[in-house]
Amino acid sequence: MSQVQTSTGPILTTDGIPLKVSLKKAERKNKIRAFLLVLPLLSFILITFLVPIGDMLSRSIDDRQINTVFPKTFEVYKKWDRQGLPSEEVYKTMFFEVKNSEGYDIGKASTRMNYSKSGWKSLLKKSKRKFKKIEEGPYKEKMISIDKKWGDPEYWKALGQMVDPTTMGYYLNAVDLKYDSNKNIVQQKENRRIYNKTWIKTFKVSILVTFFCLILGYPISYLLATLPLKYSNLLMICVLLPFWTSLLVRTVAWMVMLQQKGVLNNLLVMSNVLADENRMQLMYNQTAVVIVMTQILLPFMVLPLFSVMKTISPTYMRAALNLGASPLHAFYKVYMPNSIPGVSAGCLLVFIIAIGYYITPELVGGKDGQMVGNWIAYHLKTTLNWGLCASLGAILLAMMTVLYWAYNKIVGIENIKLG
Amino acid sequence: MALPAYATTGQKIGYYSFLTYCGFVFFFLIAPIFIILPLSFSASPFFEFTKEFMNFEPEAWSLRWYRQMVGISSIGDTTVVSDKWMLGTRNSFFVGIIATLLATALGTVAALGLSRPHMPFKPVLMAILISPMIVPLIITAAGMFFFYSKIGLTHSYLGLILAHTALGTPFVVITVTATLTGFDTNLIRASQSLGADTMRTFFKIIMPLILPGVISGGLFAFITSFDEVVVVMFIGSVEQITIPKQMWAGLRQETSPVILCMATCLVALSIALLTTVEMLRRRSERLRGIKHR
Repeated sequence: MSQVQTSTGPILTTDGIPLKVSLKKAERKNKIRAFLLVLPLLSFILITFLVPIGDMLSRSIDDRQINTVFPKTFEVYKKWDRQGLPSEEVYKTMFFEVKNSEGYDIGKASTRMNYSKSGWKSLLKKSKRKFKKIEEGPYKEKMISIDKKWGDPEYWKALGQMVDPTTMGYYLNAVDLKYDSNKNIVQQKENRRIYNKTWIKTFKVSILVTFFCLILGYPISYLLATLPLKYSNLLMICVLLPFWTSLLVRTVAWMVMLQQKGVLNNLLVMSNVLADENRMQLMYNQTAVVIVMTQILLPFMVLPLFSVMKTISPTYMRAALNLGASPLHAFYKVYMPNSIPGVSAGCLLVFIIAIGYYITPELVGGKDGQMVGNWIAYHLKTTLNWGLCASLGAILLAMMTVLYWAYNKIVGIENIKLG
Repeated sequence: MALPAYATTGQKIGYYSFLTYCGFVFFFLIAPIFIILPLSFSASPFFEFTKEFMNFEPEAWSLRWYRQMVGISSIGDTTVVSDKWMLGTRNSFFVGIIATLLATALGTVAALGLSRPHMPFKPVLMAILISPMIVPLIITAAGMFFFYSKIGLTHSYLGLILAHTALGTPFVVITVTATLTGFDTNLIRASQSLGADTMRTFFKIIMPLILPGVISGGLFAFITSFDEVVVVMFIGSVEQITIPKQMWAGLRQETSPVILCMATCLVALSIALLTTVEMLRRRSERLRGIKHR
């Protein structure tokens, strides 16, 4: 009787615990152990890399800067109905906060205020200087007598965009939109629409680079995959050496090649194709960016293609030829479909890297070849408009994340080839 | 791939034009790198092949720029010699080596964890750990610039080393996990059943087998740090010159041919590293090949 019971009941270990529970326990222990091994790197990446990126993203919507300089003004400002001019109370609080605050804070705030309405910066600078002489009210009239702009409702309305501690304004700027003084979303002025063009240019360059990498990389990957090992190893060095060579070195090399007195122009002049005085302007334009980036990113196309093509058995092609297909037809019907995983891996990888490029466009791109990465750098170190810098970065990062996710789905991130 | 004897004329033309095309692509890949080698020996202060240089006239060839690179002023040389290149070299090696050691240690341990069969959330973790390699450098640099300046890490070697370590770890993780695929876990069990503790098993059994992967990962991490210019530019101070930063400055401001000399040295370095990695890869394949048999 008892024997029957044990065979139908749960299987027990020698300690009397059900085997299932015991196994789960052991597995959990293993899981924790494995996780503990990853933990040091995970926390390191979190602190040194992910948190900084998150910090940058938070800057793209952060609008507290001005609120900390004029807190009281914004308190009373919120009560204003946004019709006509604000009341004396608003003027009065603004007056004292401008008068009593540090010049440095005013400078920072006025930079931000200038983003929503240009003119604020000079107005505040002038007012800060002149307010010192004013001792008593009525403040409204006296402020307007200092500068007519104080009596312009547009300026006051522009402040309304900054009342909230967060703003979408920078994101709007990043796609050539802005808030008007009534906080409606409108297009930027014609002469200030630069970012949509930049986005399109970035995509155009990345797509062109991916395309050229594919048409240059596919044949040589095919050659490498079908040649006997001793030749292919030798030729592989031609692919791997650029991969290992510093990016700057390769860009310098291209500058030597492409400049006006560079190798290419010299060759053309020497072979009498060109006259000495009309040497071609090959550098500092979009074409140069595409050429140089294609050469730099080509290994990223060849390596995944090669590793996929290596697995395609030559017997497939032989079978197709044997069955009467012409070589081109066999290639198109048999070889190409088999190599598609490599094509998608290579194209995605090249596109992902190309879209965020900064160094090469900066050095050989000139005015015409600037990509989004260059604008991010420009706002980061030159204009110090960090909100806009962060929002451009955030949009770029969002695109990267989608592409990265697709890459992970299609190829698997652990299958990235590094030579 | 060779052409069969019965190939038609059309096939022959197709085959040879294919080979020519491939030859052109290989030339396109490799030529720009080698064009700078002879030019670094030119006496001309511009990046150009002068007529005298092409005719091998001795005055047009000189080691002048190499002398400048190492900080020696030539007789009769009017250009200012700076020690920035040597300072940059020192800094690059200093930051690069420490970052590599850190990245290799962290990356190897993490790869061991990731390769365990019971690893939870493996795809997500992998995606996070590889992300420093995928995120555009300019975004990384912007983020690090904002955050590191908040906590006082900008303009310090520590900040630079931490940043470069983060950028280098994905390479170590990738190469070591690749070496670990097909790793025979019975070896670990055998070692443990013979009485070795975890540390002894790691150093005596696991380490020798994954060493090729670890070293090539480390070399990748090193070259990443050694090449990196964007992050250095934004979080480094003016004195924290590295080789790429000095090259960048040279390209933007004074286009001195010293850049070409340094570029030549860097090409030599990459050839050395590439050879090492290739040898390691073959050794690793051989080691694992024996095991599979």
